[in-house]
Amino acid sequence: MYQYDKYDQQMVDTRVAEFRDQVERRLAGELTEDQFKPLRLMNGLYLQLHAYMLRVAIPYGTLNGKQMRMLGHIARKYDRDYGHFTTRQNIQYNWIKLEDAPDILADLASVEMHAIQTSGNCIRNISSDQYAGAAADEIADPRPWAEILRQWSSFHPEFSYLPRKFKIAVIASDEDRAAMRLHDIGIQLVHKDGELGAKFFVGGGMGRTPMIGPEIRDFVPADELISYAEACLRVYNRYGRRDNKYKARIKILVHELGKEEYTRQVEEEFAHMKTLGLNPPVEELARISEYFADPAFEAGASDDLDLSDPDFNLWVDQNTVAHKQAGYSIAIISLKPQGGIPGDASSAQIDLMADLAEQYSFDELRVTHSQNIVLPHVKKSDLYALWQKLDEAGLAPANLDLITDSIACPGLDYCSLANARSIPLAQKISERFADLGRQRELGELKLKISGCINACGHHHAGHIGILGVDRKGTENYQLLLGGSAAEDTSLAKITGPGFSEDGVIDAIETVTDLYLKERQEDERFIDTYRRVGMARFKEAIYG
Amino acid sequence: MVEAIRFRDDKIHEEPAVSLDAFLDQSNATAVRIEAGENARLLLPLLDRLALIEVDFPVFGDGRGYSAAQILREAGYTGELRASGDVLVDQIAYMRRCGFDAFAPDAPIDPKVMDKALELYDAVYQGTTDSRAPIWKLRHG
Repeated sequence: MYQYDKYDQQMVDTRVAEFRDQVERRLAGELTEDQFKPLRLMNGLYLQLHAYMLRVAIPYGTLNGKQMRMLGHIARKYDRDYGHFTTRQNIQYNWIKLEDAPDILADLASVEMHAIQTSGNCIRNISSDQYAGAAADEIADPRPWAEILRQWSSFHPEFSYLPRKFKIAVIASDEDRAAMRLHDIGIQLVHKDGELGAKFFVGGGMGRTPMIGPEIRDFVPADELISYAEACLRVYNRYGRRDNKYKARIKILVHELGKEEYTRQVEEEFAHMKTLGLNPPVEELARISEYFADPAFEAGASDDLDLSDPDFNLWVDQNTVAHKQAGYSIAIISLKPQGGIPGDASSAQIDLMADLAEQYSFDELRVTHSQNIVLPHVKKSDLYALWQKLDEAGLAPANLDLITDSIACPGLDYCSLANARSIPLAQKISERFADLGRQRELGELKLKISGCINACGHHHAGHIGILGVDRKGTENYQLLLGGSAAEDTSLAKITGPGFSEDGVIDAIETVTDLYLKERQEDERFIDTYRRVGMARFKEAIYG
Repeated sequence: MVEAIRFRDDKIHEEPAVSLDAFLDQSNATAVRIEAGENARLLLPLLDRLALIEVDFPVFGDGRGYSAAQILREAGYTGELRASGDVLVDQIAYMRRCGFDAFAPDAPIDPKVMDKALELYDAVYQGTTDSRAPIWKLRHG
């Protein structure tokens, strides 16, 4: 894992001091709320329906036990004893007092963490593959590249007042576990003539106008990464729309200019940028990469597993993933218990996960964009002991990628933008489909719920998506089918008129029943939907 | 009119800044004002004629002026580069990094708060036209 040197530490410490001063000026009335707003947003502090919400950055979703424990401490000391892991691999706290925020940032800085640029119209936390460094299918570890980008984008003076927020994801395998093409910039590491570089996709996103980012360059060498990213951003900063908040993301610019014209402008800017000395030398990538070297795996660790405990067997089957190292597994802790709130964890659970990471996973954890936690390097012979401890703490639902492993935004329970509640709906769905046998029969099924059109719950990318809307003062839910955030990226389509809360759950049952009837061989829900088409599903739902 | 803030030793340029269109149409003006959204690159062939370029910020959240400033400095412009309009004290450090060396804010700025903000960060992560060495350069010499 990356460790701060004196410069990195100094930057976050200075940020704490700066924000402390800004909060004091706000509390003293020297700053108006309008003037303070962009400053607090760049430190991840939102004013929500009931209180301030603080979003803490977890760069590329990677953290260690000590950092995780600090997240538990913050939940206990400053919030209501829980935190909420988000779809950007971050954590947010929903009940924060403004006057506590500087102290929280100081606590975070003491474990090399921060809340820098977790909101505002700037470059946000860089996200990545949650299995980075452990996945059997990656061509390199994407995190050193993400860290280079984290440093470059932190306090970037030219790109801190962009037309709108800006999200970057980096992956390094053909399987896309990070929704890469639904980002403002998606980067896939690739080899070309034996050299490692970056393939750029620009202009993807969800929100009101979902778009899949087109590829604009097949290869950017490591030592030109920053100047290419600068070129992409400068064209956006100059020409992205500022007249309409809903048309201000880069996807609209790329769409309106056309991929070719946007690319031409970027290339022109890049030719100029390359001459400015903006790129760290390859030695910097090498320095950072050393921190991400493999942990000391035990050579010859056994792949044998005693699966005689049927519940353990189910969990291993559903919640572990192949590791690149023989004798090891990637274990996923589901934060989607039956009837629970997707992504929430209590401080006790956070502490336990920190302990388990230290004990069983070389002191590493990951947060996934689907709001679960990963222990990336678990020896297979430790899996049973790990599972028992998770199970005792309610952290062993064996539902990874099943219908109850849903993504849900905070919705109207917390969010000032929401039109409808998301959390209670996710809870009801998880009750309706509680039978694990039934869930496994339905197989991989990505259910994603957003409480408004801004799509924080990724409903466009759900095999089944739900969008909460306000219809004449009552909450109403639209059903969408056919989305995917994986390498087969697709955008879900609305089935038709919306439903009440119970009605939409019935409709989900109708479509899953139809899937079971129609599926051929080992087709997943999404495969059957794509083969059979929307019309059949529509007919089943609306008769 | 709030007093301008300057980080230059030369004399204030007295000639009023003309609009970009007016400047491109005539040969003898030496000061120009760019509105947000106007293309700063149109000035590049004419930089040696200019002593003052004013870049307007209609609202502080409109960040186009930061790129305009960088483009002008990257092209070698050394005259006064003035940020005018909705310029707030907490924006000045980033504006300095992008090459602005004079400020004409709509509302007064407390010089003590500004000085503190400007001295706050000892290091920077990225290269800009202010020529400060980014942290990666400090690490690798």
